[in-house]
Amino acid sequence: MADLRVNIAGLRLANPVMTASGTFGYGLEFQDFVNLDDIGAVIVKGTTLHPRQGNPYPRMAETAQGMLNCVGLQNRGVDYFCEHIYPRIRQLKTNVIVNVSGNSPEDYAECARRINALDAIPAIELNISCPNVKHGGMAFGTTTQGAASVVRAVREAYRKTLIVKLSPNVTSITDIALAVQDEGADAVSLINTLMGMAIDAERRCRILSIGTGGLSGPCVKPVALRMVWQVAHAVQIPVIGLGGISSATDAVEFLLAGASAVEIGTANFLDPAVSVKVARGIDEYLERHGFRSVTDIIGICE
Amino acid sequence: MPEKYILDLRLTGVERLSERYFLLRATRPEAPLPTMLPGQFAQLRVDGSATTFLRRPISIHNVDRQKNEVWFLVQAIGEGTRCLAAKKAGDVLNAVLPLGHGFTMPQSSEERLLLVGGGVGVAPLLFMGSCLRVKGFEPTFLLGFRTAADIIQAGEYRALGRLFVTTEDGSEGEQGFVTQHSLLQQERFTHIAVCGPKPMMMAVARYARQSGTPCEVSLENMMACGLGACLCCVEDTTQGHVCVCTEGPVFNVEQLKWQI
Repeated sequence: MADLRVNIAGLRLANPVMTASGTFGYGLEFQDFVNLDDIGAVIVKGTTLHPRQGNPYPRMAETAQGMLNCVGLQNRGVDYFCEHIYPRIRQLKTNVIVNVSGNSPEDYAECARRINALDAIPAIELNISCPNVKHGGMAFGTTTQGAASVVRAVREAYRKTLIVKLSPNVTSITDIALAVQDEGADAVSLINTLMGMAIDAERRCRILSIGTGGLSGPCVKPVALRMVWQVAHAVQIPVIGLGGISSATDAVEFLLAGASAVEIGTANFLDPAVSVKVARGIDEYLERHGFRSVTDIIGICE
Repeated sequence: MPEKYILDLRLTGVERLSERYFLLRATRPEAPLPTMLPGQFAQLRVDGSATTFLRRPISIHNVDRQKNEVWFLVQAIGEGTRCLAAKKAGDVLNAVLPLGHGFTMPQSSEERLLLVGGGVGVAPLLFMGSCLRVKGFEPTFLLGFRTAADIIQAGEYRALGRLFVTTEDGSEGEQGFVTQHSLLQQERFTHIAVCGPKPMMMAVARYARQSGTPCEVSLENMMACGLGACLCCVEDTTQGHVCVCTEGPVFNVEQLKWQI
């Protein structure tokens, strides 16, 4: 067996496979299918300072090799998470990372401060890239100043590993990545969903309740892979790659492009056990090609 | 012990019941099928379709413990369901099951249950009726179809209780919608379970409220994961947005914010 351990800015993972926020609940929903401790990290769903109802139904549209969603960060707020969810997940051996979102830099910072107090949460992933909310979310992630302002505020409030999740809906994702690196981000994860639209030809209307949504699934993989490669070549901090990964081969491609770890998102909906299969498959790949450690293949694709 | 499973089921039969309805019977060759309850559903993987990406949520139509079989009723309306219907006996049917909460089973032997279904929504009512029968109840089925040629599984329902049918064109049973059937004027029930198109469920819910009868409906919101993770299939309820896949698909209508 190859050495699958990776270290993301001090965050030690047993293997480079994480589950993406919003696709794996709090992990508990998937315990019938996988041993959560076999996953490098579970990133729980987007949490905000105050509870959010999210957008109205319908929130989903199927596309060729993917799907659109406009959930809109439905969650019960950080206090509910701390009081009711955290006690149920704190005993997990795997890393549990909380995805944090907000309407203003102050919201983000306060939410992060409350999660900083939770011993068993070693990192947060800052979501400055949600395309489905009117205020905040992607509005911060599409300009270098906006991204920098959120990371600056959170960095003061949050002492542990700070990952910033980037939006692909920008002209230059490397500029955003460099801006958040300058403000003290420990790592970046990319990509969040690509903004898209679905129309029902028979009913002659847009399908999603707010008209647009975020595209995910295998169809976005080439875009994600290109962006991961570009960002990995531009920044000094670790890059976590995601976007359409549904097999070990997909994951290996992201590692070769420069990702130090990967997240699996939409593929969890098709196969709830895919995350552990990908981890096992990465090991098989390394063995087959004679690599001793997964770190030997990170970024070797020039 | 896990409650939900990802299983490679083996199809024992695929039968075309009418123009659009197919009955898929599947077994688990290596072990007994897990416990399933009426009203629960499975997420079936669609193989061999370039345009279908997600699994298809299909309700559990029946469970035959003796043959270790689970039945699914598939209405072939889109590419995904057409692919499922095109499967053959011997094929693998990958299923995540059982999912969601089912119908409430009656507590007292005095209860008189009315099971109302329309179109493919009749599917979970067979399993419900079969479980009621085992408990000594005689359920009453009231099923609505467009036309006589669409009527499916009538013999199966009749074997479990009383069967009343409406068709929109009057080609069999009473003409009109289920809510117009004379049965509803003649008899009183203590509990109604309904599954079908939303306008039909709302009409039945209206009848239930007017007659003071507790009523459960099974919703069919579009979903991606079926596990409460994606938050796509939400219904607006007295508790806010909740996932139909985990909190439902069966709800008491009083939990819903339906204008009825």
